[in-house]
Amino acid sequence: MDQAQSWQDDFCIEVSGLTKTFGSDDKIITALDNCSFKVKSGMVTGLIGPDGAGKTTFMRLCAGLLVPDEGEIKVLGMDAVRDFLKVQSNIRYMPQRFGLYEDLTVQENLDLYSDLLGIPKERRQERYEILMRMTGLAPFKQRLAGRLSGGMKQKLGLACTLIKPPRLLILDEPTVGVDPVSRRELWEIVYSQVEEEGMSVLLSTAYLDEAERCQEVILMHEGHTLGQGVPSEFSQKLDGHCFMLDPGSIPKRSLQRELANRDEVIDCIILGEKIRLVTIDTLDSSQVKQIFQLPDEVEVAHAPPRFEDAFIWLLKERLISLGRDVKLKVITHKKISDLPDEDIIVVKNLKRRFGNFYAVNGISFTVKRGEVFGLLGANGAGKTTTFRMLCGLLPASEGELYVAGENLRKARAKARERIGYMAQKFSLYVDLTVIQNLNFFSSAYGLYGKKQRERVEWALDAFDLRQEANTLSRDLPLGFKQRLALAAALMHEPDILFLDEPTSGVDPLARRQFWAHINSLADAGVTIMVTTHFMEEAEYCDRIVIMKRGKILAEGTPEELKKKYHPPGVDNPTMEDTFITLIEMKET
Amino acid sequence: MGRTSETRLSFMRLKGLIWKETKQIVRDPSSIGIAFFLPVALLLIFGYGVSLDAEHVPIGIVIEQPGPEANDFAAGFRDSDFFDPVFYESVQDAEKDLIERKIMGLVWTRSDFARTLLSGTTAPIGVIVNGVDANQARIVEGYITGVWIKWLSSYALSHGKPLSLPVNIKHRIWFNSAVRSRNFLVPGLVAVIMTLIGGMLTSMVVAREWERGTMEALLVTPVRIREIILSKVIPYFILGMGGMLLSVYISIVVFDVPFRGSYLALGFASALFMLTAIALGLIISTAAGNQFVAGQIAIVITFLPAFMLSGFVFDINSMPVPIQVITYTVSARYFVSILQTLFLAGDIWPIYLVNCLWLAIMAFIFFLIIKKKSHKRLI
Repeated sequence: MDQAQSWQDDFCIEVSGLTKTFGSDDKIITALDNCSFKVKSGMVTGLIGPDGAGKTTFMRLCAGLLVPDEGEIKVLGMDAVRDFLKVQSNIRYMPQRFGLYEDLTVQENLDLYSDLLGIPKERRQERYEILMRMTGLAPFKQRLAGRLSGGMKQKLGLACTLIKPPRLLILDEPTVGVDPVSRRELWEIVYSQVEEEGMSVLLSTAYLDEAERCQEVILMHEGHTLGQGVPSEFSQKLDGHCFMLDPGSIPKRSLQRELANRDEVIDCIILGEKIRLVTIDTLDSSQVKQIFQLPDEVEVAHAPPRFEDAFIWLLKERLISLGRDVKLKVITHKKISDLPDEDIIVVKNLKRRFGNFYAVNGISFTVKRGEVFGLLGANGAGKTTTFRMLCGLLPASEGELYVAGENLRKARAKARERIGYMAQKFSLYVDLTVIQNLNFFSSAYGLYGKKQRERVEWALDAFDLRQEANTLSRDLPLGFKQRLALAAALMHEPDILFLDEPTSGVDPLARRQFWAHINSLADAGVTIMVTTHFMEEAEYCDRIVIMKRGKILAEGTPEELKKKYHPPGVDNPTMEDTFITLIEMKET
Repeated sequence: MGRTSETRLSFMRLKGLIWKETKQIVRDPSSIGIAFFLPVALLLIFGYGVSLDAEHVPIGIVIEQPGPEANDFAAGFRDSDFFDPVFYESVQDAEKDLIERKIMGLVWTRSDFARTLLSGTTAPIGVIVNGVDANQARIVEGYITGVWIKWLSSYALSHGKPLSLPVNIKHRIWFNSAVRSRNFLVPGLVAVIMTLIGGMLTSMVVAREWERGTMEALLVTPVRIREIILSKVIPYFILGMGGMLLSVYISIVVFDVPFRGSYLALGFASALFMLTAIALGLIISTAAGNQFVAGQIAIVITFLPAFMLSGFVFDINSMPVPIQVITYTVSARYFVSILQTLFLAGDIWPIYLVNCLWLAIMAFIFFLIIKKKSHKRLI
């Protein structure tokens, strides 16, 4: 009787020849380009890819919110275009911005969704108790959803979709910006549902380390599928390709830069004091030393492959086949006078209050000249507020604040001349072309005449923007936008650079390019302060502080923190493991 | 599972949505502000402040040759509520103040005032009125004429002389016998207030759902699009009718505006008008992606026309023909006409029914547009 029951048990989603474009005739954006694949039932499938890969569009198509230009989508055996009402009765979908009513309490949000899903009153209480226990939200039932932390909001959003366990659950980036502890809890909830209710889950994420938690992944990039399969199968292919290099006394950044651009190399990144190298061929340690002519003091050891390596490989292959340049570019910057070990940023007991709420509550740290200093934490930890105070954009409520020797509470303008700031959201003028933006920002920093022309020319070359010089910046791909924003922040050759979540949403190659720029600036002696919620990026920093709810939980080099907060029974802990161990230790 | 279960309205879902909307209204200071604070503020401003009547107009009086007649005439100004007379020694002094806008007009009695008074040949007084504000100038001119004729007739009567004026006008003003502009402004305001609640508030709350991503989550539930629309219409309909009742109460009790029609007729017409306002608000919200744009559009296409093109302040018949044509598309026009009729004249059924018919047609068309434009899709 129920048509929905006659669907094949094997696949919960089947798409073929799926194409979706947006925009009008003169500017067509292809979000999905002739995609065909099947999503298996009864497991967690990850849709992995950077912003602009087409993940959200695909999920909206599955949820019947969009109509494809071409192709077919079958969800639970039903046509998602024709029978979208039926589909919507059988699936649950959590959009990226969780879709909770922030002016309703936790309980009221649950009640609303119970009403919408037609749960009989007498069966609600029992279900609520299960969900509250699962999410740990029981003590906050009467709190407005808007007052919950980012992690709790996501858990509430998930609880609302699980009031009536659906056959298929679609989650669009449920973990983005959420602290690692909540992230782990969200995953536990998702898996418990798959096991207990036999639910199928499709979720998207931009965090590549999360791919390893999925039972199957679909890799996407610019509307294309790069591959599909079990995550470990992807990484196994690179067994024997991955190495850890201990550079000894050789400067890690210049070594990494040199290795990264070799043709034999898939990927090369800095991990704390070490360098991680992925080669195209299967090699052993001595071959690595020989091929790359490494000095004796560099120690080479095998390392287990990661999912990210496979993604980078697939991505590079695709980009090369499209004729794009995947070599990392280096930029030149004036050498900052060497005054080693000078404290260039000093923060003492800094506080910032909004009403009754302390966004930053008594933090202290110092940054030395030429350091890459990371500020880590989930959304709402106080990173951006700290940044704005350091850049003189927001007055501090209490505490002391010195940047480049100037007291920021007194001489803001003076300190600002030496600061470059790249804001979290793309903050250049989208209606201006690349070159107009550069001209504007250079004159805003007081450059004119020959000097200004030189700097604009430098930016076009250094950031590989010359081809796009006359493109409106709104039409640039995300990676280009970020490079342009960085160029604009560097027009006046600052000796301190503030980067607020500079790489969120870009693909891993663009992220590596961005970090290559940061590293070359650091080599020139520029002090760099960066915030991120990608735990892995912390490894690229010389020193980090970890923030939570306006306070500093820990400070040190990535190596020190990994040692100090070593999770028991884990061999090579990631920064994420370290973060979770740290929070657990602080809370008990 | 047949088609009916997919398309049937569910009372539980609708109740859940309406309950949610109600809580949001109660918790959101801006909806309470627009629904209750703004009506009271607008009523107070228009009831007390803005008035098209002239009261306590400063007027200059110059008596060139004091005498019993001239003094008696001048006293007429002093006794009037309409004027605050200022006395000058010479016409030149008075003219100076007139130019500086310290006084609105100037009346002077010539030295031969008493002699030529009843001759009917030459004018014994001179009048200058500042014409910068044409509307007020006309009113002041009329008042001065009134004071003059009143004094003249009583003077003639008491001196047993025949009054020799070329024309003797007898005014009789119907419906608003006190000629208080408040009596037609305040009822008209009810239309403006309901437009604010229906058009602006509704369009902004729906735009907010899109802006915050809650609409996307809502759409992918078994909810029907009609349930979403009804869940917006019903609470804001009630809120708007509440605003209407509040405004009517203040009009009648605080401002003593007469109400001569029936409350039932008022309720029915208000309900019709409220539907057009909410429908327009919903149409705006589908066009605007965020609250700011929705608010701007709502001001331009609902609030300002309700203010300027509804006949609430500016008389439609004295507008240029193209503008008059535009006023037919403004639902507030029909409602203002109904309100002014019900308040000041009573149940004049031909006017009432024609305007109600227009409102009903507009509401119908608007809801047709909404039905066509709304679907459970993002684009």
